[in-house]
Amino acid sequence: MKDVLVNLEHISKSYGNQLVLDDLNLYIRENEFLTLLGPSGCGKTTTLRILGGFEQPDKGRVIFEGQDITNLPANKRQLNTVFQKYALFTHMTIAENIAFGLKIKNKSKSYIDDKIKYALKLVNLDGFEKRMPDSLSGGQQQRIAIARAIVNEPKLLLLDEPLGALDLKLRQDMQYELIRLKNELGITFIYVTHDQEEALTMSDTIVVMNQGYIQQIGSPERIYNEPENAFVADFIGDSNIIGATMIRDRLVEILGAKFDCVDEGFGENKPVDVVIRPEDVMLVKPEEGTIEGVVTHLIFKGVHYEMEVMAAGFEWLVHSTQMCAVGTKVGIKVDPFNIQIMNKPESEDEEAAKLDE
Amino acid sequence: MNKKMLSLPYLFWCAAFILIPLFMVVYYGITDKTGAFTLENICAIATAEHSKALWISILLSLISTLICLLLAYPLAMILAHMNVNQHSFVVLIFILPMWMNFLLRTMAWQTLLEKSGVINSVLEFLHLPALNIINTPSAIILGMVYNFLPFMVLPIYNSLTKIDPNVINAAKDLGANGFDTFIRVTLPLSVPGIISGITMVFVPALTTFVISTLLGGSKILLIGNVIEQEFTQTGNWHLGSGLSIVLMIFILFNMILSAIFDKDGEGNTL
Amino acid sequence: MRNAAKKIYITLIFIFLYAPIVTLIVLSFNASKSRAKWGGFTLKWYQNLFKNQDILNALWNTLLIAFLSAFIATVIGTIACIAIQSMKKRNRTILIGITNIPMLNAEIVTGISLMLLFIVLGMNFGFLTILLAHITFNIPYVILSIMPRMKQLNPSTYEAALDLGASHMKAFFSVTFPDILPGILSGFLMAFTMSLDDFIITHFTKGPGIDTLSTKIYTEVKKGIKPEMYALSTLIFLTVLVLLILVNRSPKEKDV
Repeated sequence: MKDVLVNLEHISKSYGNQLVLDDLNLYIRENEFLTLLGPSGCGKTTTLRILGGFEQPDKGRVIFEGQDITNLPANKRQLNTVFQKYALFTHMTIAENIAFGLKIKNKSKSYIDDKIKYALKLVNLDGFEKRMPDSLSGGQQQRIAIARAIVNEPKLLLLDEPLGALDLKLRQDMQYELIRLKNELGITFIYVTHDQEEALTMSDTIVVMNQGYIQQIGSPERIYNEPENAFVADFIGDSNIIGATMIRDRLVEILGAKFDCVDEGFGENKPVDVVIRPEDVMLVKPEEGTIEGVVTHLIFKGVHYEMEVMAAGFEWLVHSTQMCAVGTKVGIKVDPFNIQIMNKPESEDEEAAKLDE
Repeated sequence: MNKKMLSLPYLFWCAAFILIPLFMVVYYGITDKTGAFTLENICAIATAEHSKALWISILLSLISTLICLLLAYPLAMILAHMNVNQHSFVVLIFILPMWMNFLLRTMAWQTLLEKSGVINSVLEFLHLPALNIINTPSAIILGMVYNFLPFMVLPIYNSLTKIDPNVINAAKDLGANGFDTFIRVTLPLSVPGIISGITMVFVPALTTFVISTLLGGSKILLIGNVIEQEFTQTGNWHLGSGLSIVLMIFILFNMILSAIFDKDGEGNTL
Repeated sequence: MRNAAKKIYITLIFIFLYAPIVTLIVLSFNASKSRAKWGGFTLKWYQNLFKNQDILNALWNTLLIAFLSAFIATVIGTIACIAIQSMKKRNRTILIGITNIPMLNAEIVTGISLMLLFIVLGMNFGFLTILLAHITFNIPYVILSIMPRMKQLNPSTYEAALDLGASHMKAFFSVTFPDILPGILSGFLMAFTMSLDDFIITHFTKGPGIDTLSTKIYTEVKKGIKPEMYALSTLIFLTVLVLLILVNRSPKEKDV
């Protein structure tokens, strides 16, 4: 296991009487690509601003490489930020923008020139030294913002929704670009986004946040396949979240029908929530399914068909490469390992899940 | 549709009440009473009396502009950091005095500055030396600063509030301390506001004749006083126009300067 | 510490801006006719004010000119904005440049240039010449406050109105006009204020028989200003102050 680079301990922050972060604990390992993911107002940007030194937490400590930097001003911290909407200095050329941090540190001119060349090459914008930020496209400005930050060789790079202002195609290209950069530079990235796809694509670790609380920390696969509560399941991808009863280990009753599953240790006759991803719902002949239903909606989505099936009073969302016309009677089957059992959320999470709808 | 037609009345207005009148000033300035072409009226600026008036005007207006800038910049910074939705309140503070007649407001400084006036009473109470600036150039500078300070504050305030707070954060993030951030980022980004403020203070200060009449006694003649007298007392419109052309050259220079720095015309907003 | 320094600085500037105003208000209650001496509290200047026909005439002229010039400038300015907006970029730049001349030029030059124009046209100097002059210097302020709103307009809404069958007139008044209305109103107020406070341009374009408050005060400067003038200014200032406080209060109470 790699060394811990940053440790956030018991961080709380409120604006006025609105609590934004409540006793947040989080550590980030060296060379990790960690994403803070959540809806707007979940506290992810505040967390980033506390790391960057632009906000002071009301309670708690920020530990960076073993040192308490909670009260260290932003300009003294060994980390750099890529801001939302780039925040380039519009009165300076691209070269001057990139050189800003190095000039402050009184680096020699030849060192600075080399660094500018290197950084521009790294972000694929050779020869842009003399241009002004206004004359660049959004994607190019974004690359400059990244170049401006990384020439300072920070241990940690904070990225605040850096791709939010770009269009879809460009965003996807930049995602690969960022992964490449991270691997080439070998520095730690903390990335803030509300886009779950972005988070799944790029991260080593995802921290799902809502209403100032961490909901789940884990690898993208784990977050997607084994969401710990209804909020995470709902926020990450489409899913069928159904109230159910755990009859005993490996057997759960969903909407009156008994399904085999693989989870154990929830107790007997315990109310739980189950998550079933739409691509895991198999449509079979009515008599072969565990539950019987009727297709009510059908949309062609390119890689698959999206269908809604009314079965046992619940509208199931189904993704399948096989088409079933509206009105078709079908049976629903789910493989045991595709049924994810979760404890009923605590009241706060429940509220959060509802708010998100 | 007839949007082209819509512009006609305004084009007519511009021609009739802006361009033609200016042309008349130029015409009168370069002709004599018989209508013959002459440069005498413009060259009259070189006479001792006129050049002295112009020189004092330039000096006093430059000093006032500088004082306005020094007073206004910190003020604008403080105001810009105040609550965001107080914009209208800020503008209000500076517009409100205009509802009290500006001649009266300027006159009131006489009362305040007099030998046994309010200010000197306060100074005496504090055992400070008395301020005897009434009817001196200092009083005129004070009047200029007083009247034109809002024209400096508002454009600078506007340009400061337009700076994205993240740009300031970015400078700090890259290691700049408060001073560096100000010199390298805040100040350069507020240059359009500063230039616009300078234009809006310098031009009225350079050309005023009222402030000097009210606060300078009748001892100090500014170029504005000279021109005003040519029109309302001496009745030599040709000479007055000639001197106005000289003034306009300064103004034009100032306008070009502000046009270069303020491409969108943003800073001019009152 | 820093906050205290900031507060002191703002307070000092505030005193600087408002000291003369307080002085004038105090003088309006001064029984002594001299500006320099305090002769006890009196309300007699307020009583005399309403008997002084000269001052009341000047007040009426000032208000009428301010209202008419601001109103006409607002109409012309609004139409001009629509026209400017639909122009090609180069023409627009030129026209906006010309528009700004009265605002950026020295008032004395604007004043004498209009004076020369009226002389050449052989006009009688009086109410009309003052009014025309005030409209001229008010227009740029109106355009300046409408133009930003105009730029923010989404052209599609106007086209949507046309698409839904509205005439150009109808589309303008039901879609564009409400959007730029705040700009129009603030432009009107700005113009009204500017006109009210103007002296220099009025000075050059007025005739012998007519006075606004400004020109009346200017002629009184040499022989001593009548205290009734202080009383009148105090009344105007306090009226505006009260109005502004009321206007600023009312929307906030709705929020609570």
